[in-house]
Amino acid sequence: MVGGDALARKFQIPNQKLEMLNLPVVRWGDAYTSLEVAEIVHFLTGEPIASVSQAGSGMLVRDLRQAERARAVLRDFKCDELIAMMQQAGQLFLEASLPMGDGEQSPNEFAQAQSASTGLPEHLCKANMQKNHFVLSQMDAMLDALTRGLDLNILSQGYGRESRGVTVSYQAQSPVLGLVLPSNSPGVHTLWLPAIPMQIGLVMKPGSQEPWTPYRMAAAMAAAGIPHECLSIYPGGHDVGAAVLTHCRRSLAFGGLSTVNQYRGNPNVQAHGPGFSKILLGDDQVDHWESYLDLMVESVYRNAGRGCINCSGIWASRHTEEIAQALAERLGPIEVRPPDDPEAGLAAFTVPGMGTSVWQAIETSLREEGAEHVTERYGARLDERERCAYLRPTVVHCQAPELALAQQEYMFPFVAVVKCPQERMPAAIGPTLVCTALTDDASLRQTLIENTQIDRLNLGPIPTTQLDWLQPHEGNLVDFLFRSRALQTTELPDAPC
Amino acid sequence: MTNPNVAEAAAAARQALDAHTYETVQWHFHPTTGCPFWLDYAKKLSFDPLKEVQTFADLQKFEPFQDEWLRGGPVRRWVPQAYQDKPIYVFETGGTTGTPKSRIAVNDFRTDYELFSQTLPDAYFPPGANWLMLGPSGPRRLRLAVEHLAQHRGGISFCIDLDPRWVIKLIKQGWMEHLEAYKRHCIDQAITILQSGHDIRCMFATPKLLEALALELEARGSSLQASGITGIFSGGTEFTPQWTRFAVEELFGGPPETSGIYMTPTYGNTLMGLACSKYPTAAEDYKISYYPPQPRAVVEVVDFDNPDTTVGYGETGRIRLTTLTREFFMPGFLERDEGEREEPCEAYPWDGVSGVRPFHELAEATTVGVY
Repeated sequence: MVGGDALARKFQIPNQKLEMLNLPVVRWGDAYTSLEVAEIVHFLTGEPIASVSQAGSGMLVRDLRQAERARAVLRDFKCDELIAMMQQAGQLFLEASLPMGDGEQSPNEFAQAQSASTGLPEHLCKANMQKNHFVLSQMDAMLDALTRGLDLNILSQGYGRESRGVTVSYQAQSPVLGLVLPSNSPGVHTLWLPAIPMQIGLVMKPGSQEPWTPYRMAAAMAAAGIPHECLSIYPGGHDVGAAVLTHCRRSLAFGGLSTVNQYRGNPNVQAHGPGFSKILLGDDQVDHWESYLDLMVESVYRNAGRGCINCSGIWASRHTEEIAQALAERLGPIEVRPPDDPEAGLAAFTVPGMGTSVWQAIETSLREEGAEHVTERYGARLDERERCAYLRPTVVHCQAPELALAQQEYMFPFVAVVKCPQERMPAAIGPTLVCTALTDDASLRQTLIENTQIDRLNLGPIPTTQLDWLQPHEGNLVDFLFRSRALQTTELPDAPC
Repeated sequence: MTNPNVAEAAAAARQALDAHTYETVQWHFHPTTGCPFWLDYAKKLSFDPLKEVQTFADLQKFEPFQDEWLRGGPVRRWVPQAYQDKPIYVFETGGTTGTPKSRIAVNDFRTDYELFSQTLPDAYFPPGANWLMLGPSGPRRLRLAVEHLAQHRGGISFCIDLDPRWVIKLIKQGWMEHLEAYKRHCIDQAITILQSGHDIRCMFATPKLLEALALELEARGSSLQASGITGIFSGGTEFTPQWTRFAVEELFGGPPETSGIYMTPTYGNTLMGLACSKYPTAAEDYKISYYPPQPRAVVEVVDFDNPDTTVGYGETGRIRLTTLTREFFMPGFLERDEGEREEPCEAYPWDGVSGVRPFHELAEATTVGVY
């Protein structure tokens, strides 16, 4: 058990000097230095590490008049050629020193800078680089899976005849895909990468703390031969994000619950927010809960618990107190480590006051009868530093699914172990991005398969954090960007002489 | 202040300000001319304003003006005795929730805009040209003021109805599609007016609406130039150098000498009046320096923690406004903005302010630049 003394030991700030970089607005491949800049600082030292030119919404709207050109320059290449270029870009993204604004970054420097602005440990930043590389390297297989084996030339041409003798037509719904990207989760970039080989340009608004991936990816793609006119990057304020979502005919937005609610039902916007991912133990398996403990820990803790695919709820009809205690024993003692420590598993809250307010919200909810903080005996969870705060893994036990903490997700390893009768689970779990169902009960399995509150369903002992890249994530990007429609064609009669 | 002519003019301006301050205080605190609010207020003071306010510096004897005093009635308590028989206007600020702040006026808005008119170059704001007013209307003074400006210059003003309080509500509710629809509704009306053969050459627009108008004209294959606009008076919300650069270089197509469009950024509010600016240029990175219509209004840049101390030239501080007219006396109002103190210049031999932006301690809670 680790107590308060250990917590009092503050780690040494990494002695690394990051090159100060100036990142421009990128307007269809052309750099534009703005008179207005936002400074990005190292979350531990406060030292400036980047000055980011800020765009305005008017600039973006005006530039979007050239959006058709982004698709046109990509259509000068075949989809297969673009796939090969993206695969090469993936290799460069992982291994090469690439331009970053007015400087250059090696892969190591990239991970250090990303860690310094987002609070994620460096080794997790590197793991995210691997993830992006993997998706790019498997781009052909991914597109084959997402299009269900469609000849990609049909996407280019707009229609074609499949081998089964059927004419199919897919119409691009927008020449560009708008992206309002997050600051806290570098892993999400994998979702938009398939757009380029489908000859759809990109209009990106990077997260204020994580501009690095869009810029590095753009540099890798340019180095691999993808025409630079196919993408734009507009760092800026909320008005810029709103303009992306209003003026691009197809966009992905990453944000909180309010963002998701705001764009719910808007066919032009695919909003990604909290996942509320869960593990459900069926009554047939719950007595063997101990054999699933590693899976639970991984689902909660992996990637600093920041992802929407991290598990925030473990639901069972019995043994919930023991499960919570066992999880607390594993997760509770985990301490904050420096960002360059390969063992570091927790990320800092770099926005002033955010870590503290998250913890206050949890403490308030813990006052509800039936909610218990199980990691309490492993020392304080909130670890406040001079310029940031950490929250150590937190396990709570909820006597009933109606308790507020049973339906929460936070940006750190947090899990509620919820006591709930099996028959109530399907209706009570609420929106669930990833559901791992530990059950052999055919009836329960079928109910979960048909439950529209669940997006990804794992049947069997698969961690919620384990993604099969050949399957769609929160909607199929191909279906979002292209519309299947009817197209009939026949020969014109010969013109009369 | 290296230019001796400017230094001399600044000293003269200071003397004029002191004299004007004395006269204004005498007016507002004399029982035959002053308004009930200040006459009542004087009874609680530990000094006699009629005797102890001789110069502008003496205004520091007053506590900072609280704009909260302007909420609620009776509004006549702000009408000077000498103007009780005059037709009175009331103009409002804010008011998204609760009681708005009210300021009475008789003729101030006309005087302010006639003074401002003198700063407009005739080449781009031709006398006799008609105007388009594309900004907040309703209980705000801007609509009447712009209309008077147009009339003063021999033109006629066409107005678009716009309710900024509704815009703020739309933003707070997150109803962005309604916001977009309302903006489009306003811009559609503006384009209809511009294309209706009214020979409109000049306009007022807030930066956001000017941008929306220019973008929509472009989307329809037209432009501000093609619509005949040559002079733009803009203000009402925050103006940044980057936005000004975007407007000049991209929306207008270049500086006035090449695009034929001249834009003058302004800073002000219903309480103070109108501070105009030197023309922002690429050579100065589109820096915008505002100068108030002294001695009717004074802008000071003061220390954040000690508002009675002015910061040095080029230094950053909070903006403090003082209004000194016979209709309205407002000593030392700490505005919700900050900026850098600017030196007097030939055209305006008194202090100005540049880099105006929301006061950093309040910025988070403020919805700005919405219309």
